Amino acid sequence: MKIRTALPLIWALATALPLTASAVEYQQIQADKSEITFAYQQMGVNMNGRFRQFSAQLRFDPADPASAQATVDVNLGSIDTGSSEADGEVKGKDWLNIAAFPGARFVSSGIKALGGDRYELTGQLSIKGQSRAISVPLTVVAQGNQAVFEGTFNFKRADFAIGEGVWADFGTVANEIQVRFRMLASGT
Amino acid sequence: MNTPNNPAPSYTGVAKSLHWLMALLLLGLLALGFYMSDLPLSPRKLQLYAWHKWAGITVFLLVLIRLGWRLTHRPPALPALMPPVLRIAAHAGHALLYVLMVAIPLSGWLMSSAKGFQTVWFGVLPIPDLLSKDPALGELLQSVHFSLNLLFIAVLAGHVGAALKHHFIDRDDILVRMLPAIGTETSP
Repeated sequence: MKIRTALPLIWALATALPLTASAVEYQQIQADKSEITFAYQQMGVNMNGRFRQFSAQLRFDPADPASAQATVDVNLGSIDTGSSEADGEVKGKDWLNIAAFPGARFVSSGIKALGGDRYELTGQLSIKGQSRAISVPLTVVAQGNQAVFEGTFNFKRADFAIGEGVWADFGTVANEIQVRFRMLASGT
Repeated sequence: MNTPNNPAPSYTGVAKSLHWLMALLLLGLLALGFYMSDLPLSPRKLQLYAWHKWAGITVFLLVLIRLGWRLTHRPPALPALMPPVLRIAAHAGHALLYVLMVAIPLSGWLMSSAKGFQTVWFGVLPIPDLLSKDPALGELLQSVHFSLNLLFIAVLAGHVGAALKHHFIDRDDILVRMLPAIGTETSP
């Protein structure tokens, strides 16, 4: 009868089915297609930089977001502030002290679905021997076997003793640091 | 030459104000520029760089105003008995000073942009970056900025030397007519 009109619908269902039926769990971060950048103010000027090396252990199933887990490790020695003089300075004792604390780590403790592709991720951020609970608004945009995890959060450098001694004053380098990340993960 | 009854016209008050205001700023900028570039990285250094850039943008605006004034107001003539070679030298020297007063702040501005440090005038007004970040170009512009300043110092030494020669050796009114009016007014 109306098989001819129903055909497109059947075809659409048939092609859509595998996507919803197979539980895609995103686990593998593609480091070369992911980025972690940071921004701050220096003498009223917007500055930014990035980390060249980081890794992440991830488990995110769009069908069961509550079970998601993430651990992100950042090699602080891979910092790129945009100038070699500043790179040398921030690796030193007053700033990140990478000789004693080579890495920063985020470990998730919970995730809340906010509707659509938005989530709120909570967890512990550890830098330079200090740990703080943070909350990160997250968007997850899935494209078949791949998903893009994107988010921005702020922290205060003083909370992690980043910038001690002469740098402790916020007159030149502001206290607020913004971190942005964009991770491309593939599913298994 | 000029008789006491017929004094040579002086520069306008605006021209004098701009001349001496810029003289102060430029000497300050030169001293600050040489001092700050040798400092190790510190909050002080970042502060001084910001101040240098703010003053540099100020000078750039002032020289544009000054050029506008110069083009619409004829300066007093050179002494009638000045040899043609020295006349040419005087005009060329002034032209070069103007060129450098435009080129030096411009090279500093471009250098800042290429090095990835935007200029925010007095920490409030962001000045657009004319170049996108390019460290190699930044290094090149740094040597351009430095070389132009060495040339500027040389031309400035000639400018001051010539003014003093006119005053003390030629005993003409070249220097006096650029001095503030107070006390130099010839009685009618």
